[in-house]
Amino acid sequence: MKRELPRMITLVTGVFLALQYYVPHRSSAHMYETLMDWLIVVGIFAILLGIAGLVRQHLTKIQSRRENWPYSVALLTGLFGMVILGFWGQGLGSPFVTAYFTLLNPVQATMFAMLAFYIASAAYRAFRARTLLATILLLSAVLVMLGRVPLGELVWPPFSLGSLEIPGIAQISDWLINVPNLAAKRAIYVGLGLGGSATALKVVLGIEAPHLRG
Amino acid sequence: MARSDSRHERRVRRAYPAALTLTACLLTALPAGALIAPVPHVEAYDRPNDPGETIVVAWELSPDDRTPPPGDADAVTVLSYRVLRAESPTDTLTEVGSALPGKTLYRDSEVRDNVAYYYQIQTVGTDSSLASSAWAGPVRSSGQWFDTNKAVLLAFMLLFCGAVLVLIHQARAGRELFIRPIPGLSAVDEAIGRATEMGRPILFVPGLGTSGDVATLAAYTMLGRVAHRTAEYQTGVRVPCYDPMVMTIAQDVVKSSYLDAGYPDMYREEDVFFVTQDQFSYVAAVNGLMIRERPATNFYIGKFYAESLILAETGNFAGSIQIAGTDEIVQIPFFVAACDYTLIGEELYAASAYLSREPPLLGTLKGQDWGKAAVMILIILGTVAATLGWRGFIDFFATQ
Repeated sequence: MKRELPRMITLVTGVFLALQYYVPHRSSAHMYETLMDWLIVVGIFAILLGIAGLVRQHLTKIQSRRENWPYSVALLTGLFGMVILGFWGQGLGSPFVTAYFTLLNPVQATMFAMLAFYIASAAYRAFRARTLLATILLLSAVLVMLGRVPLGELVWPPFSLGSLEIPGIAQISDWLINVPNLAAKRAIYVGLGLGGSATALKVVLGIEAPHLRG
Repeated sequence: MARSDSRHERRVRRAYPAALTLTACLLTALPAGALIAPVPHVEAYDRPNDPGETIVVAWELSPDDRTPPPGDADAVTVLSYRVLRAESPTDTLTEVGSALPGKTLYRDSEVRDNVAYYYQIQTVGTDSSLASSAWAGPVRSSGQWFDTNKAVLLAFMLLFCGAVLVLIHQARAGRELFIRPIPGLSAVDEAIGRATEMGRPILFVPGLGTSGDVATLAAYTMLGRVAHRTAEYQTGVRVPCYDPMVMTIAQDVVKSSYLDAGYPDMYREEDVFFVTQDQFSYVAAVNGLMIRERPATNFYIGKFYAESLILAETGNFAGSIQIAGTDEIVQIPFFVAACDYTLIGEELYAASAYLSREPPLLGTLKGQDWGKAAVMILIILGTVAATLGWRGFIDFFATQ
């Protein structure tokens, strides 16, 4: 029963949600919204559970002076510090908002900005022309990148060789993006759509229920 | 008497076209713009395939709905169309909306289902003159129980599900099903073995998706298989979670897998933990974990956004073997560049079947292949139809 009941609930809910997509009637939309509201309620309890687990884990780490325990102190100070600051109002200029904009926001922006460096290092590795395929990738990337900036258009504009019209780098870049690249993307989308449907079917039918094994 | 009546009718009939011609002549003789022409035809109908409480009013443009001819700035044209509504033809009309010149459609969403309504379109001229159309109605709105625009999609869903169920049945009956080798999945055992040899944990990142995302469902199945193997190899697995609901399910998945593998005592709840629901704070925490604990193997399976490359590059610097899979197409190239193995497209969903080789799972995998074959055939047929101009075939698959 411990396993069969969740499987049954999954089956009924899964079939309902799959069919609900085809029923535009208000009552169907209302039931869907009710289910989504339940999800929010469950989500709130899960957040409490998550925070409780996080606090317990880091308190244990501090108490037993495990390796890197000062990081846990920083985490708990940040967590409870923001909650306490929230009691002094949440308007512009309040301690909570000030702490958000002067501490959390710059740190987040820094993390995001680091992405530029990571892209550079990953691109260096990906574009090394070691094989034929890697060389094609490198050439395509150079053409696409040059075609996206005004300098590329300046260096390689469209021109004619007798009666032959040679496209400019911007047109070549657009062709690479809209034809071979889009074709590959669509193929992946088709695979993902079918794979996603098959996975959903496995879960709904209870064929795949990793949380109910054992 | 009857004779004289019919003579009179004949006279009237003869005089009618002459009267019409005279009226037309008089109208054209009037100064331009003295009258605005009403819309010639109005119809109102229940909006199809909707939840209800919407009526669509459609009309043909007034003959005066045009750009004024050059040099005739005083010509009267349409300023707007007013949509008037009443619950019976004898009721007072209420304006429920208006439309600009050139528009021929108005959706009235302030109606009650199963109540009769009558509509009229009033054309407003640039000289403020008004011309009312004929009545349209009665019309009642109602909600529909089936969206006919999605009929083809439903048919394909049923066909696909049917094919998958048949193949599951065949696989259970013992039919051999071939699966092509997937390097990213073949490397899972090797990656877990490496972690065991090095005495370091495995890091499994389920991404930023919620528990309702299919990619997260795929992450659960992969986590289940990975946790099963790590339990057998006596290696630790760390699962930092972005979503608390994903965390609770991931805890169950790992616990169940340890139990299934026969090592329930190895399970530690703190290994599957919630971090934060802030994207870059999550990245900072996971990166810190990679640098401090130096996991031997990193799995990135689920939904990933801008953080994908930051995570994968940090793992690369830390010297971990990395296996990634996501349904976010934009992130796949980043994983390809920074990870040792990347599951592309539907390979993400093949993990459980590939690793377990259980017949029902193999059947679903084969069903996906049949689905892909059907899509390929339809694409070829669609290309041929489009080339030959067979609109019927293309329109059959069109969705609104």
